[in-house]
Amino acid sequence: MATLKEVQSKIVSVKKTKQITSAMKMVATSRLRGAQTSMEAFQPYAGKFAEVLGSIAGSAGEDASPLLVPREDVKKVAIIVCTSDRGLCGGFNVNLTSKAGKIIKSDLEGKDVSFTCFGKKARDWAKKQPQPIDDEFIGVVGGDVEFAVASSSGQKLINSFLEGAVDEVYLIYSKFINMAKQETTIKQILPIPSLEDVVGESVEEEKDSDTLVSHLCEPSSDALLGEMLPKNVFIQIYDALLQTSTSEHAARMRAMDNATKACEDMVDELQTIFNKTRQAAITSELMDIVGGAEALKG
Amino acid sequence: MAKELFLEVVTPQSAIVSEEVQIVVAPGSEGEFGALKGHTTFLTSLKVGTLRYKDANGKERFLFINGGFAEVLPNKVTILAESAERRQNIDVERAKNAKNRAEKRLADKAADTDLARAEVALRRAVHRLSIKGSS
Repeated sequence: MATLKEVQSKIVSVKKTKQITSAMKMVATSRLRGAQTSMEAFQPYAGKFAEVLGSIAGSAGEDASPLLVPREDVKKVAIIVCTSDRGLCGGFNVNLTSKAGKIIKSDLEGKDVSFTCFGKKARDWAKKQPQPIDDEFIGVVGGDVEFAVASSSGQKLINSFLEGAVDEVYLIYSKFINMAKQETTIKQILPIPSLEDVVGESVEEEKDSDTLVSHLCEPSSDALLGEMLPKNVFIQIYDALLQTSTSEHAARMRAMDNATKACEDMVDELQTIFNKTRQAAITSELMDIVGGAEALKG
Repeated sequence: MAKELFLEVVTPQSAIVSEEVQIVVAPGSEGEFGALKGHTTFLTSLKVGTLRYKDANGKERFLFINGGFAEVLPNKVTILAESAERRQNIDVERAKNAKNRAEKRLADKAADTDLARAEVALRRAVHRLSIKGSS
């Protein structure tokens, strides 16, 4: 049995850990609020954009942009993996990277895969993979995500898609559903799957009677569409980054909450052991005294 | 009939303007255009430039627009800009520095400079400064 002192020092150390985890939880909570605000601030833009895109997509032909044309023989695939920079958020990052690993082994078997990594954890994971890393962005997820980051990385991918260096682009990110639920999601962003899908989202978000009017377009609707489609890719990447940031903080909050609770349980348990040990010591001391007194009497 | 037109300027970061206005003048990619209430539905891309509008009290306001799209409906104008700044938020020092940098880059004409990029940077800086100057 452990000595009294050992148990006591263990209690102290667990309590200190608890202090750290509960502080981290508090930090994650406040960061989460910030991330959620910027996610919400982005909604009007994304919604309106999809709406406008939808209204011109109807009038434009399917072959309006090379970004819409699927490649027949898909050889090279780029995957954008979004994770956090930091750990201590439960299975958050592992979920994302294992999803990427799984998809490479199943759907993308035998194809040339390369990675674009957002977040340190994605990069660290990708470094261990045989596939090359095209690009890495550290310090984006979890902080202030700037649209310029999404558009520059998106532009690079679009360029390599147009040059034929890449045939398909996938995006893996964590979709923020609510505080308790984040979903690892994979999405094809290039070639743009179909305009109906893009439009479908807009109809859900905003049912405005104005949406269905046909616009006078300047320059032509095809030219406009050609300009808007790349933007749409940037928007999706940006959205993924915002969602992953928010999910990261939510996941960390939950992980830290669990850790804090586990610490509390541990302290309780240790306290019981401490009490028992102390009682045992007192009892044995008493026995000594009683035994001594008996001996004197006799 | 209400005379006002509703103007909305949204960027990925936030909604910059959301108010009733009298007139909007925006830098369309095919030329600057003005929109009053009752304008036909119209969609265009925007250049880097200045968005002008008169608010409900007739006060003229200026906004820096870093490219984007505009949707004009009879009673509403929506500007989707990649970024936008109100006049008071423009950083003059930064714009001046950017202007000098871009001008230098264009003047040097080194083989590795991205001329198109430098030109866009210059245009942005010039517009920012002209908005700041036109008070």
